[in-house]
Amino acid sequence: MTQYLEFEKPIAEIEAKAEELRALAAGEEGTDVLKEASQLDAKAADLLKSLYADLSPWRKCLVARHPQRPHCKDYIDRLFTEYTPLAGDRNFADDHAVMGGLARLDDTPVMVIGHEKGNDTKSRIERNFGMARPEGYRKAIRLMDMADRFGLPVITLVDTPGAYPGKGAEERGQSEAIARSTEKCLDLGVPLISVVIGEGGSGGAVAFATANRVAMLEHSIYSVISPEGCASILWKDAEKMREAAEALRLTAQNLRELGICDKIVKEPLGGAHRDPAAAIDAVGKALKGMLSELGDSDAKALRDGRRRKYLDLGSKGLAA
Amino acid sequence: MNWINNYVRPKINSLFSRREVPENLWTKCDECGTMLFHRELAHNLNVCTNCDHHMPIRARERLASLFDGGAFTEVPVPEPVADPLHFRDQKKYTDRLKDARRKTGERDAMLVAEGEIRRTPAIVAVQDFSFMGGSMSMYVGNAIVAAATRAVERKLPLVLFSAAGGARMQEGILGLMQMPRTTIAVQMLKEAGLPYIVVLTHPTTGGVTASYAMLGDVQIAEPNALIGFAGARVIEQTIGEKLPEGFQRAEYLLDHGMLDRVTSRIDLADELATIIRMLTGQPAPVKGDLPPPEEPTEIGPAMPPEVPEEPEAAQTK
Ligand SMILES: [Zn+2]
Repeated sequence: MTQYLEFEKPIAEIEAKAEELRALAAGEEGTDVLKEASQLDAKAADLLKSLYADLSPWRKCLVARHPQRPHCKDYIDRLFTEYTPLAGDRNFADDHAVMGGLARLDDTPVMVIGHEKGNDTKSRIERNFGMARPEGYRKAIRLMDMADRFGLPVITLVDTPGAYPGKGAEERGQSEAIARSTEKCLDLGVPLISVVIGEGGSGGAVAFATANRVAMLEHSIYSVISPEGCASILWKDAEKMREAAEALRLTAQNLRELGICDKIVKEPLGGAHRDPAAAIDAVGKALKGMLSELGDSDAKALRDGRRRKYLDLGSKGLAA
Repeated sequence: MNWINNYVRPKINSLFSRREVPENLWTKCDECGTMLFHRELAHNLNVCTNCDHHMPIRARERLASLFDGGAFTEVPVPEPVADPLHFRDQKKYTDRLKDARRKTGERDAMLVAEGEIRRTPAIVAVQDFSFMGGSMSMYVGNAIVAAATRAVERKLPLVLFSAAGGARMQEGILGLMQMPRTTIAVQMLKEAGLPYIVVLTHPTTGGVTASYAMLGDVQIAEPNALIGFAGARVIEQTIGEKLPEGFQRAEYLLDHGMLDRVTSRIDLADELATIIRMLTGQPAPVKGDLPPPEEPTEIGPAMPPEVPEEPEAAQTK
């Protein structure tokens, strides 16, 4: 069952009323009660459509973080075959917030790496809510390096609130690990394609998403800081997250205009969580398209192209 | 542009901004409370003569203290698009920028210069914490790319002094994108086989540590500098426990293998020259303060250090 977000409450109410009416009709066909119920269904659908046609940046944050939104593992399960997870940073641990390994996209062998948030209490704790520690970035570096040596394209799926703020993470060089991962992204002589499927949280996202092509799901976000964090620093009030979300320009649409996002992948009506299979398939189609665009490029062209993309950023701002 | 015009002579008086002098001739050490005479403190590069506490030093003063005779040439930095996101919190970003420019007399949070350290030519980039917390803006990114580009052109090492709370929030995602941009600058140096030395100063945190400030061939920090990715308060809230004494301080990072050295500001110029000269196969340096170089090596086309009031939006390359 779909969990409703706060701003979707009116839809939930209409749908609940329709359910009630159907229960009242108790299976009798053609009654006025049933007719009323289907009118309510139509009303709910219209409302969903109009709400999602114009989501505010803050509402997009809520959709991007929706607990039922498809996560990295869902994408890997549905889009890839022969997924063979590879674990560990060969140094300290295996970070379960980052999953990755060899897999085939259609017939093409690739290296797929992503943040995984988990989908219930147990898996969320195991995955540390998608907040990687240095080991996660170092595992990613290891896998990217391997992909580079064996000529496999790298696909990263980005979905993290940010890197984990922990004591051990700091002691083991969280910032160095992120910096090296970004550096590895830039070094690759193979195509690197990144899709922001949910939250692109700050440096933790940059470490995976410094790519030749960056796609974003329609309601995903990518930001220098969470709206709550920004609000508490600049507004001195964490409750001003709506204003902060607006000011930060963190939507896929804003990032497309700024040239950071190369492609927006449309989500099913009402967000990816309302039809995960359709959302995942749309990402699959986008991935294949971007891979074939880069298919003929040699290592130097890929490296230079990535460099150019990032060096040129900021040469134009948003339209007034 | 005349080389002489670009000289910045470190008159001891000018080591302190005009606002603070001369009404108040004494400064109290934040650490030990000793009252320190300005002239003496400035001469000691803002390091307490009693307890060695390193107080903040402005970017321009840092450059003057580092280069022989205080002489250096600024490397021009391409001006980015102003306020690309039309950002406004309680205040407009453009107003915050204006305030910071008025307060500091600088264009943004990073200065880049070319000069000689103990007769060792180098490019030096210094982040200015007093300009909006040193935050990593598009300008800062441009400065680092310009520094690396100049270093490659002139086959010189790059020394970078970091100081920042992180990326500039008012530039949103474009602030964050300086992480990959500055990483590209570091790669340019690596490919050219040029040394890149980072000196982490108090405080260096967030996206700055997670990019150019942690990618040096040699990582040096000033004593007791706060260096980390996440803020201590956020960590304490997350893990629900108190952090140990000295957590995220330079000496703590040194113990955890994240730095090569912790070096007093007083010894930095000698140390930088020593390291650079070994890495680049030059004979040992002459140590101690030196007069400016007599024969300036050809200086490329320099931009005047004064920046126009309302610059044209320039594109970065
Ligand atoms: Zn003192």
